[in-house]
Amino acid sequence: MLRFILKRLLLAVSVLLAVSVIAFLLFFSLPRDPVNAMCPKNCNPERLERVRKELGLRDPKPEQYANYIKGIFVGRDLGSALGGRCDTPCLGYSYVRSESVTATFGRVVPVTLSVVLPAAVLWLTIGVGLGMISALRRGTLIDRVSIGFTLTFASLQLYFVGAVLLLIFVYQLKLLPTPHYTSMFQNPLDWARGLVLAWLALGLLFSAIYARLSRAQMLETLSEDFVRTARAKGLPKRMVYARHALRAAITPIVTIAGLDVGGALGGTVITETTFGLQGMGRTAVDAVRLGDLPTIMATVLFAAFFIVAANLLVDVLYAFIDPRVRLA
Amino acid sequence: MSEQQTAASVAVGMAAADESIESELALEAKQFVGRSPGQLAWLRLRRDRVAMLSGGALVFFVVAALAAPLIEWAYGVGPDEQFQSLLDGAGMPLGYAGGVSGRHWFGLEPQLGRDIFIQMVYGLRTSLFIALGAAVVTATVGIVAGVLAGYLGGWVDSVIGWFTDLALAMPFLIFALAVVPTIELRFYGPRDEVSTAFRVASLIVVFAAFGWTSTCRLVRGQVVSLREREFVEAARASGAGLGHMLFRQLLPNIWAPILISFSLAVPAYITGEAALSFLGIGIVEPTPDFGRMISNSLPFLQTDPAFIFFPGITIFLLVFAFNLFGDALRDALDPKSSR
Repeated sequence: MLRFILKRLLLAVSVLLAVSVIAFLLFFSLPRDPVNAMCPKNCNPERLERVRKELGLRDPKPEQYANYIKGIFVGRDLGSALGGRCDTPCLGYSYVRSESVTATFGRVVPVTLSVVLPAAVLWLTIGVGLGMISALRRGTLIDRVSIGFTLTFASLQLYFVGAVLLLIFVYQLKLLPTPHYTSMFQNPLDWARGLVLAWLALGLLFSAIYARLSRAQMLETLSEDFVRTARAKGLPKRMVYARHALRAAITPIVTIAGLDVGGALGGTVITETTFGLQGMGRTAVDAVRLGDLPTIMATVLFAAFFIVAANLLVDVLYAFIDPRVRLA
Repeated sequence: MSEQQTAASVAVGMAAADESIESELALEAKQFVGRSPGQLAWLRLRRDRVAMLSGGALVFFVVAALAAPLIEWAYGVGPDEQFQSLLDGAGMPLGYAGGVSGRHWFGLEPQLGRDIFIQMVYGLRTSLFIALGAAVVTATVGIVAGVLAGYLGGWVDSVIGWFTDLALAMPFLIFALAVVPTIELRFYGPRDEVSTAFRVASLIVVFAAFGWTSTCRLVRGQVVSLREREFVEAARASGAGLGHMLFRQLLPNIWAPILISFSLAVPAYITGEAALSFLGIGIVEPTPDFGRMISNSLPFLQTDPAFIFFPGITIFLLVFAFNLFGDALRDALDPKSSR
């Protein structure tokens, strides 16, 4: 078991390192000069050159990369122009925002978590629940309605659904305020009112995907021999479904949910842009528009870290449950 | 993974169709007419009402996209023509539902006053071209990598597997968001006009760089299970070369799952392309594009809600038709899965 975990951990670290190298090479070997962004007009060349030196832009690329990685783990000194000491999870300094990326993240990550976590609860309960009911009641009206819902929402665009919700609930019925973020700890009601549309849009679209998946998975499980055997032993239907079939069907769904963190993050980018919420996704879009390389780089790394961590967690949990995995 | 996505009414229709296929097969058994699996699948597909309807819709969309200049000529309005005289002082279209009229079927864009219908006809072109292009490139790369990994195994499998892990660890949308402008900057100066062909190509490359992994995994799994079969052994024993083994022996046996995954990848790329353009990274002015039209319509959501509905519903119908057809194709090619 330990060997399996170590092997997976090593693989995860190698993948993360590769992502960081690729991202670094792509973004920091650009002909774009970040120093120009700091003073758009009439800066004298000597001062620019001094800032470049101070930022380490004249250092060789591998050294710059090593410094960047070092900053994440032990912090680094960025020089007086950039607010001096940059503490441990140092993700660099944004010239465009004139603050450290870590400070920006501290502000925007809670927004993204507030958007994505409740939405995930929504899509997992609605999606998996609907899929299970639809598989157990196969061919009935409930199943037909659920399939219709699934097919429709799996084909809709997130931003279109978001805009329609906005139009109905905010502009026409005036039931909700314009989407905004307030801290959950300050005013929980306002927090929910400002984000409920984002949860709905994200939740409805993703629940369609999970309903499809759970229905298929449950149907497959129900056709397995062990389910028939359980029924043949005389166990009541309810018991067979709840204890035998559900447990077998839910494991692959959990795996896919773990693997889908990247998809959820992508959905968050679009949701935040549609509703004008200043979360990580919106910040990334703005950073791309403004050419804010340190923020882009940090966002990619941060997101990759979450995806890899989720995959690792799922892998290890799976190996605990299913001995075939760790032996393979 | 077994899935039956068609509505139950269709399932009833399918059951009837299956019965008639079976009776036909029984008849054929008497007459000794052999049918290949492909012919059988085609028969099943032709009897599936949803498949025929969605297939018809797809043909309609593709023809409209191909015939865009012809439609422009018949409609009499170009995609870049501006009808400022039909807008009011604030730049909003005059008349009902965003200026819908006999001359402008879907109304006019606020501010610029361009015709929405003809913009969408050309937008269909952009969307389908990128999605199909990305799906073809993805499938090709995925098939080659998957067949190699599955058949050769060993270190080749490990290396390809590592790259798959890498591609899966990249947050697709965020990475694409960051990479597309970077690629452009690599080849063009910050102030140069980036050509549309280059933008389209870079989008396809980015989609392919991320998308090949799912086809690769699928193909690899299939090949691994085929590798130990007798016919493969027989071919190897008679001295077949690697190319022959891969492309003449293995590939013909796995075209069905490949076709299914291809047909379901296209709508995913349509969505992906529209999402990137919505975020302002994909296709930019003046090339017509659905995602960008919807992004442009957001500021006018309150004043001109009709503007978002035409492109929004069209792209929904397009993706919906592709998804339905892909599901029907799966049912036809893999009849076991729906039972």
